[in-house]
Amino acid sequence: MTEVLIAVFSTVGALAILFASIGILRMPDFYLRLSTTVKASTLGVGLLLICAAFTFSDVSITTKAVAIVFFLILTAPVAAHMIGKTAYHTGVEIWKGTIIDELKSFNEEKDADNKDQSETIG
Amino acid sequence: MTLNTYFDYIIFPILTISVILVMIRLIKGPQVVDRVIALDLIITIGIALITVYSIRYSEPVLLDIAMIFALIAFLGTIAFSFYLDKQIKK
Repeated sequence: MTEVLIAVFSTVGALAILFASIGILRMPDFYLRLSTTVKASTLGVGLLLICAAFTFSDVSITTKAVAIVFFLILTAPVAAHMIGKTAYHTGVEIWKGTIIDELKSFNEEKDADNKDQSETIG
Repeated sequence: MTLNTYFDYIIFPILTISVILVMIRLIKGPQVVDRVIALDLIITIGIALITVYSIRYSEPVLLDIAMIFALIAFLGTIAFSFYLDKQIKK
């Protein structure tokens, strides 16, 4: 019973990681690559660590696996947010099929405000 | 078919092919940020490989190293984005 569970979980986890790597290879621009990678790889590693917890069925190993999964879930979105922000400010171009860019209109408003202020002051 | 042969013939090859695919992106990657996320993904797949290895050869001690890898991946990505941000402000 446990063996079947481990086989199913490890297969789904390994396939999630495979899809993440296909996504990073095939997606058209950086932001789509980022959004594919982070979620799928976190799911895959989480499922494989659940397999480890099932296999050893020991409290210390389960705690370790839960700690690694918690740490990954906590840190992966933060790192992705940081590197995505850096990429936007460095001027990495957006794919031509992207329909919404909220940061762009925000930046234009800020520029317009700065211009108004400098005109009133000047 | 036991679980060990299943790990040997299915799970390990899938993870290895994933690392090779990400390696292509690491070499090709048009910008620096592409390479940074490719490196991050390679380390994450490394955690998965260590986990599967520790299940296959029943050595749970190796999970400690997986934890350290997760920490290093996070710190590396944060450090890269920090210094790339500094580069454009000059």
